Amino acid sequence: MSASEEKSATVVAAAIQKWASVAGGLMPLLQAIQKHNGFIPKASVTTIAKAVNLSRAEVHGVIGFYHDFSYKPQGRITIQVCRAEACQAMGSQQLEHHIKARLGIDFDETTADGQFSLKPVYCLGNCACTPSIRIADEVYARVDADRFDEILSEVSA
Amino acid sequence: MNTRIYVPSDTTACAVGADRVANAIDTEAARRGRDIEIVRNGSRGAFWLEPLVEIQADGQRHAFGPVTANDVAGLFDAGFPEVCEHDLYLGKVGEIDWLACQQRLTFSRAGIIEPTKLADYEAHDGYQGLRKALTMTPSDIVEAVLNSGLRGRGGAAFPTGIKWRTVLDTPGEQKYIACNADEGDSGTFADRLLMEADPFQLIEGMTIAGLAVGATIGYIYLRSEYPKAIKTMNEAIAIANDANFLGEDICSSGLDFQIHVRVGAGAYICGEETSMLESLEGKRGLIRFKPPLPAIEGLFGKPTVVNNVLTLGAVTTVLAKGAEYYQNFGSGKSRGTLTAQLAGNIRRGGLVEIPFGISLRELVDTIGGGTITGRPIKAIQVGGPLGAYLPESQWDTPIDYEDFAAVGAMLGHGGIVVFDDSADMLHLARFAMEFCAIESCGKCTPCRIGSVRGVEIIDRIEITLKQQQAVTGDLGLLEELCETMEAGSLCAMGGLTPMPVRSAIKHFPDDFSVTSSDSSR
Repeated sequence: MSASEEKSATVVAAAIQKWASVAGGLMPLLQAIQKHNGFIPKASVTTIAKAVNLSRAEVHGVIGFYHDFSYKPQGRITIQVCRAEACQAMGSQQLEHHIKARLGIDFDETTADGQFSLKPVYCLGNCACTPSIRIADEVYARVDADRFDEILSEVSA
Repeated sequence: MNTRIYVPSDTTACAVGADRVANAIDTEAARRGRDIEIVRNGSRGAFWLEPLVEIQADGQRHAFGPVTANDVAGLFDAGFPEVCEHDLYLGKVGEIDWLACQQRLTFSRAGIIEPTKLADYEAHDGYQGLRKALTMTPSDIVEAVLNSGLRGRGGAAFPTGIKWRTVLDTPGEQKYIACNADEGDSGTFADRLLMEADPFQLIEGMTIAGLAVGATIGYIYLRSEYPKAIKTMNEAIAIANDANFLGEDICSSGLDFQIHVRVGAGAYICGEETSMLESLEGKRGLIRFKPPLPAIEGLFGKPTVVNNVLTLGAVTTVLAKGAEYYQNFGSGKSRGTLTAQLAGNIRRGGLVEIPFGISLRELVDTIGGGTITGRPIKAIQVGGPLGAYLPESQWDTPIDYEDFAAVGAMLGHGGIVVFDDSADMLHLARFAMEFCAIESCGKCTPCRIGSVRGVEIIDRIEITLKQQQAVTGDLGLLEELCETMEAGSLCAMGGLTPMPVRSAIKHFPDDFSVTSSDSSR
C-alpha cells in the first residue's frame, strides 16, 4: 500500500468510526473523507457501503448527486467562481473567461502541475459586493481580472 | 480604560478586507502605544459601507467606512479611535440614513453584538421569547405564532402557525425541527447574515419551535458555501449547551432540546424542503411527492417542522413582544417585516429590513441608490433564480406576497438583483434553463429534460438572431415548453424556472427579436 493509500484508508476508517452509526450520517461521513483526503477513493465505496448497511450503488448514488463530492484528486488550491445572477450583473462572465484563460483549464479541471482546480459555484452569499470567488474558506469580493491576478499571486506564494 | 473598536467579522466584510483592517488597527495602535480592544462584531448588513469600523463615544456608536487597511494610519493621525474629522467619518451609526430608515426586528442585534457572546445576546433582549414560551402551553405558543400572521420566509410564504399546529396535532414519539439554511438563491444573504451576526436568535427560535410542537431534536441544514456561518453556528450551539439553553432540562424546565448542524454538499435543490429532508437522512437529494406533508411524515418519517432561518428568527420577536406587536407591521396579508436583500449592480447594496408594502422602485432607487455602474437599470430579478425579471413598468408594485403574485412575479426569499442596460435578457433566460438543467434532482421529466431542451431552443434562437433572421417557431415552442414545465414538474425548481424565462421574453422582446439585435451578438 502506498503512503497516500494508507492515508486514505486512515481517513476513511476515522470517518466511518465517527459517522456510520449516526442517523443520516452518510453525508457527514463522505464530507469528512472529501475534506481530509481531498477526494473520495473509489475503492472505499465498498467499505463505506458495508459500514452503513447500504448497497454500493446507493453510496455511489449519493457521491454522484452532490457537487462537493469527487472521486478525482483535486489541485492543491481549489478556486470556486460564482456563476449566479448577482455576480453576472457585475460582469462575472468576463471574469470567468479570464480565469479559465489564465489557468489554462475549464471548470472541473485541474492544472497540469496539480496546483489549481477550478469549480463553478452558484452563490456564495456575497451578492452585494460582486463578482465573488472563494478559495479555501475565504471569499473575495468585487473581483475583476486584475484583482484575480493579485489574489492568485497571494495564494500561490 | 481601553477603547473598544468594532470591526465586523462577517463574510462580506471580510471579503472586502475587514481582517486586514483589524490587523492594521492592531498594529497601528501598538505602534502608537494606544490601549485598544478590537471587538469582532457581526455586520449590520450595510455591505456598501464595509468594512464599517465603529467606536464608542458618549454611549453612542460612531462609524467610519468603508475603511481599507491603507486608511488606518491616516485615521489615527486624524484622532481615531476618538470621534474625529475624517473623510471616512460617517457620524453616529444610528443616524446613517440607510440604516435609520429601516425597521429592524429580526436584525435588531446584527452588527451591534459580538455574535458568539451569550451575555451580549441576553443584554440585548435575547432569550426573552424562550423565557416567555417556557411559561406557556404548546398550544398557546402555536396560537401566538398563528395570530402574528407570520408566513414562511423561505419563499413559499405558508402560514407558520398552521404548519406548527399540524405537527403539534400529529401524534409521534419523536418529532423534529428542521431549519432550512440552504440559502441557495442568488441575491440572498439574509440567512447567512443572521447566522453569522446573531446565531443565538436562530437557536432560540428553534428551541421555541421544539417546545411548541413537542420536538426534542433540531437540525440546521446549512450550505457548504457558508463556512463562516457553519463555524459561528457550531460555536454558538456549544455555548448554548454549556449555559443550559440547549441539551437536557433546558433552563430547568424539564424539557430537552438539542441542535445539530448538518452541512450541505453544493446542491441547490436541497433548499426544497423534501429534498433537504432526504439529504438530512443521508440520501441523494431527490424531492418527495407531497402528500404526505413533512409536518405529518417528515424527517425519518416523523412529524417535522421545516422552517427557514428567518422564520425561526422572527418567532423570537413574536414570543418576546407578542403576536399583536408583530402583526402591526406589514400590509395586506403580508405581516411583519420583509428582509430585502439589495444585490447585483447596486450602489448601496445590503440587507434592508422594512415593513411590507414599500415599492420596488423606492427600495432600489431611494435606498439602493441605483446602479453602481451609473447606467440606467434595465431589469430587476426578484426572488432568486426562479423569480421574474421585472421591467420598469412594474417597479411601482408594492412589495407584498399577493401584489407580486398579481403581476406574475414572486418575492421568494427577498433577493433583489439589479441589472443595468448592458444586461442581455436572452442570455439570462438561457442561464435560467441551464441552471435548472445543472441543479435538477432528475426525478421528474419536465424539469430534467425540459431544461436541457430549453437551453437548446434558446441557443437556436441566438443563432437565428446572429444571422439577422426572424425568429419564427422557436419562441412559440419555448412558450409551450415553459407551459409543460410549469404544469408538469413536481416541485418549484422545474415549475418556476419558466418564470424568469417568460418574464424576460414578455418584458424585453427586443432582446429576442432581430430588429434590435446589435452587432455585439
